[in-house]
Amino acid sequence: MHLRRRCMILLAVILTGMVGANGVVLAEDDRSANNTLLPVIPMGQGDACVEDTGFMRRNHMELLKHQRDETVINGVRSEQYSLQECLSCHAVYGADDIPVTVASPRHFCRSCHDYAAVSIDCFQCHASRPEPGDMPADHPFRIASPGTASVNGAE
Amino acid sequence: MSSKPKDKQLTKKLTGTAGFDPTRRSFIGAMAAAAGVTLAPGVMLYAISRSVPVNAKALDAEVSSAVRWGMLIDLGRCDNGCDDCVSACARENGLRGFDRPETDAQWIRKIEIRNPKTGNSKSLPVMCQHCEDPPCVDVCPTGASFKRADGIVLVNKHTCIGCRYCMMACPYKARSFVHEALEDQKTHAPRGKGTVESCTLCVHRIDNDQQPACVDACSDTGGGAMLFGDLNDPESEISKRVAMYATQQIRADLGLNPGIRYRNL
Repeated sequence: MHLRRRCMILLAVILTGMVGANGVVLAEDDRSANNTLLPVIPMGQGDACVEDTGFMRRNHMELLKHQRDETVINGVRSEQYSLQECLSCHAVYGADDIPVTVASPRHFCRSCHDYAAVSIDCFQCHASRPEPGDMPADHPFRIASPGTASVNGAE
Repeated sequence: MSSKPKDKQLTKKLTGTAGFDPTRRSFIGAMAAAAGVTLAPGVMLYAISRSVPVNAKALDAEVSSAVRWGMLIDLGRCDNGCDDCVSACARENGLRGFDRPETDAQWIRKIEIRNPKTGNSKSLPVMCQHCEDPPCVDVCPTGASFKRADGIVLVNKHTCIGCRYCMMACPYKARSFVHEALEDQKTHAPRGKGTVESCTLCVHRIDNDQQPACVDACSDTGGGAMLFGDLNDPESEISKRVAMYATQQIRADLGLNPGIRYRNL
């Protein structure tokens, strides 16, 4: 009897946790604290993405794939659908004000792909955050990486 | 002069295989004509201006085969101990070694050649020679190794399976294989484990109207030995220079017509 009551309490606690996780809009930072399974999608910069959100959710991979061939093979360097532009608008900053890499679960691409269990290999080759040189001159990321910054600059 | 269109054709066909080249006779004729007109500016032509637009192409336009990028390296100005081009390349493209010289990526290297009979030695930078008929493209089973319309030979790492046939086919040992997982690559130079890579002629810079990093470094701190330009444009500095001076291609006997030419080899 004693054991049965304990089990019931435990089950109630677990169920409450799950409902809370699904029903509440969660703060971006404490994903683990909220014990949620949903992806945390950070807001991008600027007014709007290059296409509607719904379209991007379904088709971003097609846009990227098309753009990559255009760029590598035909030398087309337009920015609209480039991975580089995705990463600069959707950069997620860590506590040190430096964009996180894909090593962090908070990374824009990773947060969703982790949730969807889709393994992407883009970042085996591609940089997963903007370059320090793309930041304003007084930005901590740029200051923290003087070597990289000087390469991009005139030196 | 009537030799004008021929000049253009010749610039393209300067194979350096003097002994067997059917175009040699007309080449010599054109040389004489060109020399008469252009000898006067002489060596000062080496003052290469960085502000000269490299590329008229808009960012969102496709590259065209009207252009053929090439490089002329004057070994008379290339110092033995100088490796500014090599370090500039590594900086620009984020190449880092793993203290394994046998397998570390190397897009450009300095080699020293020596004539054992006379003891005369030369130091020269060697990178992908951006052949007109690249053997690496012939052997690639997936089409990942390809020549861009403007003559730049590249690896499309999206389709490279890392078989390394191209490395074996290249007579210049210009290609490297990435053996290690990498991180913090340059945004403009994606590179990763399991793919082959080589000099891209700084394709990201060319598309943005800049010269390759090695050429800039050579004119800034090196001897100013490297000249980059369009071999198809008879008015370009490089075309004038290859028409004026005797220049060589490495292993010209293979008939691959590399875009990289050497002077004083």
